[in-house]
Amino acid sequence: MWDSALRYDGPMTDAASDTSDAPPRLDALDRAIVLATQGGLPLDPRPWERVAEQVGVDAAEVMERVRRMLENGCIRRIGAVPNHYALGYRANGMTVWDVPDERVRELGGKVGRLPFVSHCYHRPRHLPEWPYNLFAMVHARTRDEALRLVEEIARLLGDADRGHQVLFSTRILKKSGLRFRDRDRDGRA
Amino acid sequence: MDDLDRRIINLLQGGMAVSERPYAEAAGRLGIDEQTLIDRIGSLLERGLLSRFGPLYQAERLGGAFSLVAMQVPGEEVERVAEIVNGFDEVAHNYLRDHRFNIWYVLAVDDPAEIARVNAEIERRTGHRTYDMPKLEEFYVGLRLAV
Repeated sequence: MWDSALRYDGPMTDAASDTSDAPPRLDALDRAIVLATQGGLPLDPRPWERVAEQVGVDAAEVMERVRRMLENGCIRRIGAVPNHYALGYRANGMTVWDVPDERVRELGGKVGRLPFVSHCYHRPRHLPEWPYNLFAMVHARTRDEALRLVEEIARLLGDADRGHQVLFSTRILKKSGLRFRDRDRDGRA
Repeated sequence: MDDLDRRIINLLQGGMAVSERPYAEAAGRLGIDEQTLIDRIGSLLERGLLSRFGPLYQAERLGGAFSLVAMQVPGEEVERVAEIVNGFDEVAHNYLRDHRFNIWYVLAVDDPAEIARVNAEIERRTGHRTYDMPKLEEFYVGLRLAV
């Protein structure tokens, strides 16, 4: 999810961060569009026409479905996902914070708005070994630069920071990327 | 990577409109022609500077469930444990991190009940506890790298 899940930091944020609502129902055509584009948007002057040919409807219908999936948060955005590692961002730190539970939403929103934070989540603690409930990924070119960013988050959190750590990734053990299966074909509901 | 590549990445990280000729519109904003933009995106993908171009799906909303799971494994056991963990198709990726909690993997499953089942199986086969840390709330997922 890390790389495949980057999202435009625009108006969708509020709607999509509300995880309490039930997922929208996708019908067979929506799923066909997802399957046809999960490898990427065709590099063709009329990409939605190419998708439409694959799924057997016209381009206007495909675009209508895609706009709806953008609105309901199934699609974060239509855009480019930079390979941050290839672009020189080699210090990728998972920063973890112990903040008061009653303030995690307020503080998570603030941390998430920092320009160098790519993902920010509330996750459960596992006491006593793991007291951290707020996770924020930071990306920098060097560890020193990343550590400066961590200090910036710490300053923002102030007294609410009851302890934090940075976990740098040292090796990718597996990266297969996410693939959505065609559930109809798999015979599953 | 030249200046135009950088401008393309910076612009397209923000997303493209859904329209009949989306590349032509984006190219207009960059002051280049449509085919140049298409060729450049293809080249950025080929060179691995972009890992993806197209609709970015929010996987949870398409159905299925995900979780981040951590383990504390002694250094000499990392290879053995990683091999077992990576052997599960449900493990989408797995990172080694420099911390006592050193193995961090992401599970992607169709049925939320599978998360507990896979973690239990990993515990049984590795002899190490798993710490399930599903996201409770998402505040932000996105990144505008200035390249």
